[in-house]
Parts: sequence; structure tokens; C-alpha cells
Amino acid sequence: MKALAARRHHRLAPVVLLLLALLTTGGVYAALAPSTAKAETVSTADIETGKKLFQANCATCHGANAEGTDGVPSLVGVGAAAVDFQVSTGRMPMQMNGPQAEAKPPQFDAEQTAALAAYVASLGAGPAIPTDEQVDPTQGDPSNGMALFRTNCAMCHNAVGAGGALSEGKFAPALWETSERNIYQAMLTGPQSMPVFNDANITPDEKRDIVSFLVEQREGSAGGNALGALGPVSEGLWAFVIGLGLLIGAAVWIGAKSS
Amino acid sequence: MATKQRPSAVGKAADYLDQRTTIGVLVKELARKVFPDHWSFMLGEIALFSFVVLIASGFFLTMFFEPSMALVRFEGDYPPSMQGQLMSAAFSSTVDMSFEVRGGLLMRQIHHWSALIFIGSIVLHMFRIFFTGAFRKPREINWLVGLTMLILALAAGFTGYSLPDDVLSGNGLRIIDGVVKSIPVIGSYMSFLVFGSEFPGSHIIPRLFTLHIFVIPGILIALIALHLFLMVLQKHTQYPGGGRTDKNVVGYPALPVYVAKMTGNFFIIAGVLTLMGGTMAINNIWNYGPYDPAPVSAGTQPDWYILFVDGALRLMPGPGWEWVIGGYTLSMNILIPAVVVPGILFTILFAWPFLEARVTGDHREHHVLDRPRNRPVRTGIGVALFVAFLVCALAATNDIIATHFSLSIFAITWVLRVLLFVGPVFAFFVTKRVCLGLQRKDRELVLHGHESGRIVRFANGEYVEVHTPLDPQEVWLRTQHTSPRPLEIRPATDARGVRRQGYRSDRRWQRLSEFFYEDRVEPARPAELAAAHSHGEHDEIEARTPAAVGPGTAGQGTSGPRTAGPRTSGEGAAGPGEEPR
Repeated sequence: MKALAARRHHRLAPVVLLLLALLTTGGVYAALAPSTAKAETVSTADIETGKKLFQANCATCHGANAEGTDGVPSLVGVGAAAVDFQVSTGRMPMQMNGPQAEAKPPQFDAEQTAALAAYVASLGAGPAIPTDEQVDPTQGDPSNGMALFRTNCAMCHNAVGAGGALSEGKFAPALWETSERNIYQAMLTGPQSMPVFNDANITPDEKRDIVSFLVEQREGSAGGNALGALGPVSEGLWAFVIGLGLLIGAAVWIGAKSS
Repeated sequence: MATKQRPSAVGKAADYLDQRTTIGVLVKELARKVFPDHWSFMLGEIALFSFVVLIASGFFLTMFFEPSMALVRFEGDYPPSMQGQLMSAAFSSTVDMSFEVRGGLLMRQIHHWSALIFIGSIVLHMFRIFFTGAFRKPREINWLVGLTMLILALAAGFTGYSLPDDVLSGNGLRIIDGVVKSIPVIGSYMSFLVFGSEFPGSHIIPRLFTLHIFVIPGILIALIALHLFLMVLQKHTQYPGGGRTDKNVVGYPALPVYVAKMTGNFFIIAGVLTLMGGTMAINNIWNYGPYDPAPVSAGTQPDWYILFVDGALRLMPGPGWEWVIGGYTLSMNILIPAVVVPGILFTILFAWPFLEARVTGDHREHHVLDRPRNRPVRTGIGVALFVAFLVCALAATNDIIATHFSLSIFAITWVLRVLLFVGPVFAFFVTKRVCLGLQRKDRELVLHGHESGRIVRFANGEYVEVHTPLDPQEVWLRTQHTSPRPLEIRPATDARGVRRQGYRSDRRWQRLSEFFYEDRVEPARPAELAAAHSHGEHDEIEARTPAAVGPGTAGQGTSGPRTAGPRTSGEGAAGPGEEPR
């Protein structure tokens, strides 16, 4: 310690400090932006398989080299995260035209999805599939997630993610069943009508907070059956169906006893 | 055995009280009061008892609620999504009373469910009154009292809904602020008067609190007392039936029958409300978060009874309806749906008893209720109003309908816009026709009896179906009413050909009256009945003509009704009885 203290005015000290700072920054960046890490681990064989799958299943609309066709977006630069989101939720390949591509049972298994993602990622740099740690709800802060969700997401997805309507038959889906990874990817890539919330807009940690808030909502309400968490409309409906239904039933019973 | 019984403690206490207050007279009078029986007469009771539950649970909530908009940081343990957030003391204390106070969440939920049921049962009660004509003389004043209570109930509901200061109710208040501001000339001043500053300010929660727990319930309790007093004073109406006339009440005495039934019903109502509060989550404000003017979440709606205003706002086209006159903006797109639409609804409701009496030329007292079919235009207009209300309420739920039925929200809005104008008119004509059809069926039944399905062949080879005559009760029910005719007015000119003053006004009322009563079906009269029964000997209708007890023949006499109705009992307090008006 004494030796270190004695040399702190050494003329090379700033250089050492600078090196240390660069190393730390680089290390932290590498840790926080592991996007490329996963993309780089894929083999060229994966990319080849992905290309074949793409040409057999996706090229009709997206073009032979994913360059897009009339009214269908190019996939160059959308990244592995977008492919993984669309394919693993069954939204792509799309089976029919409609206001929006809806989730359905996925058509490809995990391996095929990874191959497709690798192929599309190889076409141009884009957001990578988040790591398990990035989407771990236990590491997030649900309170901060709630505040962020309320400001950025609730106007379409409802206060607790029960879903909501958009224009022309489009809708923001309910998030009860959506996997943590898919929630994260949706924010990152902005599928369909959803805006992109990039890492400058909502940082990776904040995205995890939102995931954490949404997962907390799945525990249900402390007050009993949440009635779909749709707010006053479903409450009013059930007040009539159950409450007044029972009470009028009782009134009929009481009135019938004498007449 | 025959020894003198020693007075019980209760008896002694009653005697003590009676000697000093002569309350026995009153109790005796009330205990013997006869009430008619029908399930629909209990709708008002549901409203009354849910109000009792509201008072009781609300009293509990005031023990823990802090009506303040002071900024605090949340310090409770639950829920995790609220940790460390900044919020008003009102919001924080509501979350605290839900999770830190034993039974607090249950009480909150009972209170909120009771509010929904309270207003729901008031509206259903009002339907019953409207469609059966129970608002007619002498009950017009009680109709006005009831309507005033409905408006107060809406105000109680809205002020209570806004108290927790969450995002959902804050958005509702924001809409109210917009509505107030849309009122020409005085709007912006009124908004500042209500909020104490530009919205939201820091006064609104304490102000709403005072209204919600003091002013509104105070007036409500006074009006409930008046409502019930008038009901007892004027005696309850009764459905038509054998022996029931405008001069009597047929039913059971209050003690013990109705006291027992009412007590039972109170426990049922309190039980159902508690069950709902305990098992069904309602208004979980920590889902919406503390109020902040920026966010609005999908599925933001008011409680069901304000939905129609919200829906009218959603249906109203925006562009083209905001007029700038001399530098002042007139927001017709807010004013029409949020002020004019409810204004029209309540004006019609307040004016109805007087309007109907005028076009009917009716100054009689009525204690026997109408069957809705016997007043086709009233029933039609009632259904039309209901359809308009329903269309508006559905419009407020357009986003929920869109997501749950996979429909386009724009398509829903357009369909409902058209339905708002077409629906009520269509409903009016269909309802009127159905009512007239039912009246014709009644007439047909009285004149020709029930089809028995039994085919008889006579010796000459003729086949007829045997019709069984109606029993006296059935005949009474179908012939007791009168079918009003359009007003008759004096001619436009007198004998000398001089124009009569007031003729034009009379003629206008006559036109309206014609709209009401032009299409009519006369109830079968005794002469027609006799004629119907004598048109062929093969009809097998017995000589004992059922019309003997019909009001047409036995009419207002007492012998017919007495034998047909429930037996009049003398002193037996528990049995059914009849009481003169």
C-alpha cells in the first residue's frame, strides 16, 4: 500500500489509470451488451440451415434474400431478437392476412428458430436474443417496472397487461401468458403496431423491471378473483350478473312464498 | 293453568315506554299495515339495504382514510409494485387500509360492490315504477323524490370512486373538468371553483370527501325517510288481480310477515355483498397507481352507472363540432354528449308523470298498477330510452368489446352511432306492437277461452275445438283496466263562429294525446262476453259465466272481488288481509 501511495505521482500513473478505466468500461460494456456474444457462437452450419428454412418458409413474402417485397418488410438488420419473437410466438410464418399477425402455436422448434434467427442476424447487425439473466424477473424492481409500465405501456396493454384495443381491429395482446424473453424482445424490436423501446429509451435494467412487474401481476389479486383485470366494465357486468342476479333470485323466492 | 301470567321483561319495558310516549298506538297501526306481495316490490328494498351496508362499511373506511393530497413516499410492505413510490396521502392511506388494516380490503370491496348494487337496484326499481305506472297520482311527488335520490346516488358513487386518487379515477376527474369547462361562458370559472386552481390542484380530494361522507349521504338519508314516509302514507300499490281495487290494499300485515321477510332479506343482501367483497376483486387501485396526469391505461372506464356519459362522449364526432365564436371556443363535441344527453334523459324522467297525466286527461287516484302491455306508448318510450342508454353504455366499452370479440373498434363506433338514433325508434315501434298484440291476445282469451286441444265432432259432422273458459281470476286480470282515449277538446270556434282562445294549445295537446292513445285495444266488456258466449250452443261454455266476477259486471261492487281475492281476515294478524285506502 505504501509503495502504491509513493508512486501515485509517477508520471506513468495517468496512463495506468487510463488503461484501467478503458478496461473497466470495456468489461462492463461486454457484460451489459452480450448481444453479440450469443450471435457469434452460432456456427456457419446453423446459418446454412437457417437459410434453407428461410427460403422454404419465409421467402415467398420476405424475398429470397430477406430483402422484403411490396408491403412486406425487409429483414436485413432486424436482428435475432425480432426473428425469435415472431417465430417462437407463432406469429410468423403468418397464415393469413388480417389486421395483425396473431400468436398461435409455433411452427418451428427451438433449434429451427435459432437457425432462422442466426441466418437473419447474419444479414445485418441487429438486436440479439436477450440472455436469461437479462429477463430474470427476480432481479428486477417491480415498483420501478410499474412506474415505467404505467407511463409507456399501459395505454395500450392495460394497467396490468390485460390487453387493449387499437385501431382497425388491431390490438395490444394480453401479457399473462407471454414469456419473459418475449416481453423483453417485444420492447427491443417493436413488433407490428408496437413502438421500439431501444436501450437508450428504456435501459436493459429497466426492461427487466417491467418484466418483473408483469410477472408479479400473474400472482393474481389479493382481493379475490380479478375478473379479467379489465376494470369497471367487468366489475359492472358481474355486479349485475352475480350480485343483482342472486338478490333478485332471493326476492322472487321471498315473494313467491306467500302468493 | 289459568294463573295470571307475570309480565315479561320485554313486556314491562314496552309498557314503560308506552305509558310515557303512547307509542303503542303507532306500533299497532304500523304492525297491522297491509302490504301487497310481489318480488318486484323488493327491488327498492335491495337499494335500501345495500345503502345500510354502504353506511356501515363506509363508516369503517373513514376510520383509516386520509383525505389529503399531500405528497408522501409509500412505506408499506405490500404490494411490491408500490415500494418507494411518491403518491398522495389519500392513495397511500387507501393502500394501507387494504393491506395493513385487518379486514380493510374486505370492507373496501364490500363498500364498492354495495355501491354498484345500490345504484343497480335503484335503476331496476325505477323501471318497475315506470313500466307499471306507479308514478301516477298520488305518487308523482315520490317519483320526484326517487329521481333526486338517483342523482344523489350517482353523485355519491362518483365522489367515492374518485377519493383514492388513483390513475383511473383521476382520469375520470379530468373528464369532469373538461365537461365543466365546456359549459359556455361560466365553464372555466366553474372549473376553478370546483378544483380551487387549475386541474388537479390540491383541494379536490378533501372537497370530494366532505361531499361523499357528509353532504350527499345526509341528504340521501333525509330523502329516504321522506320516500318511505310517503310510501306508508299513500299505501303501497298493488298489481291487478281479483279483489284488488283502487280503494283497498290486499296483502299481508307488516307484523309479523313483512318484518320477518324484510329482516331475512336484509341478511341475504348483506350476505351476498360480503360474499362478493370477499371473493371478487374490485377497484384494486395499486394496479392503476397513484394519480399522475400523464398516463391513461387501456380499459379506462367509469363505474357502470356513468358509462352512458362516457359512451356518449366516445360516440360524438370530434372535428367540426368545436366552434370558435369571437375568439371564444365552444366545445359542442363535449357539451352535447356530456351535458345535453344526460340533461335530456333526466328532463324526460322528471317531467314524465305530469306529461302523461296531461295527455291522458287523468286526474284520478291510482293504486292498482298497470300491466305494461296496457299502456303501449309508455312502455314503448320506456324501452326506447333504455335502448338509447344501453347503446351509450356499450359505446363506453368499445375497446373491451373490440378485444373480446375480435372486432374493429371503428366499426363498433359507427354501428353504435347509427344504432343510437335508429335503435330507440325501432325499439319503440316493436314494443308498441308487441303490447298491442298482447292486449289483443288477452281480449281473444277472455272472449273465447283457452284452446283445449280437444276436437269434438257433432252429429251433423261438424268439427269444433273446445275452448275452456277462463277462471274468474284470469278474466279479472284481463278486463280490469280502462283503455284511455285521445283527449277531446272543445271546438275551435264557438256557436257564433268566434275563434276560441287557447284552441291551438289544446290542439297541440290533443295531437300528442293521439300519438299516445290512437292505437288502442278495448278490453272485453260484459256485453261482448255475453255475445261471444251465445254465438253457438256447441261452444260448451257453461252457464256459469266467468264474467260474473269481472270488474265490468260486478264492477266496483264488493261482492265479486271479495270472493275472488285472498280472504279477508278479521283479527288473525298473521293471515292475509285487506285494508281500505
